[in-house]
Amino acid sequence: MEISFRDLMTVLHGMGFGALFMLAFSGAIAELYRMSAPGAPGQASAREQSLLRLYLGAMVILAWAAVISGAYLVYPWYRAVPPAGTADLAEFPKFLLTSSPHTSGWHSLGMEWKEHVAWLAPIAMTMVAYVFAKYGPAITKHRQMRSAVLAFAVVAFVATGVAGAFGAFLNKYAPVRGGPTITIMNISEHEG
Amino acid sequence: MSISQTSGDAIPNGSGAAAILAAGIGSGALGVFALTNDAFPAMNHFFTFYTPTGGLSGVTTCAIIVWLVAWFILARRWSGQTVAMAKVNLAAFVLLAVGMLLTFPPVMDLIQGR
Repeated sequence: MEISFRDLMTVLHGMGFGALFMLAFSGAIAELYRMSAPGAPGQASAREQSLLRLYLGAMVILAWAAVISGAYLVYPWYRAVPPAGTADLAEFPKFLLTSSPHTSGWHSLGMEWKEHVAWLAPIAMTMVAYVFAKYGPAITKHRQMRSAVLAFAVVAFVATGVAGAFGAFLNKYAPVRGGPTITIMNISEHEG
Repeated sequence: MSISQTSGDAIPNGSGAAAILAAGIGSGALGVFALTNDAFPAMNHFFTFYTPTGGLSGVTTCAIIVWLVAWFILARRWSGQTVAMAKVNLAAFVLLAVGMLLTFPPVMDLIQGR
């Protein structure tokens, strides 16, 4: 069972950081809403508050790791320019997509949107984590601040969804491949 | 933005307001830089901080710098203060909307008349 180095880094970027960050959203938004809703049942314990701070801190790290690995590891491979006369564009995803009118939209809309909008998520989540760390459940006393925090968290979720969805489609139509081959494990094929 | 020294709240909202408005400013800056990078070859050249990543490297780096500098300045001004949160929210949401719209390729193309 083998995987190319570029494939592995793309999986790390998309699944290791991006998808994990996306998965963490439902818990974060529900918990932020629960802890900061006016008339929330009972005061959150110090342990619950610390756990949410830790959870949001981990989300911030995942968000930054996702965009930085995407922009500086995977994207350069995606937009690499093929040498003149190259017929097989398999290792040049951007040019593979733009070589056909049937797939060029995946680049001109998908990648062009994804590469920018994704950066809204770590900026918004850093703010959300900071404000919660600073105010904790006392944010209930600042109704408008609470609304802004939840709105930015939702926008971060949407931005991540756009980036993640287009990332998955782009990797389907023009996967980032190449580099050294890594053998994950040796499995012999058994027939019958 | 109206600012007062006293507040009925346990913790003044200044620090939170500074973080929220700075996030809006950073988002708006991202949109504006993305548009200028796309529209003007000279700006694309300027924003190419790291050649393999192209203009995206400078667009995002500059947006992050604008965001952090805005946060630092606002936090220093508003720390321990109570500010008009409705106005801060309005400004932050408008800037966030600018960021979202200007990073959407059809809007970028529309503005550039493509």
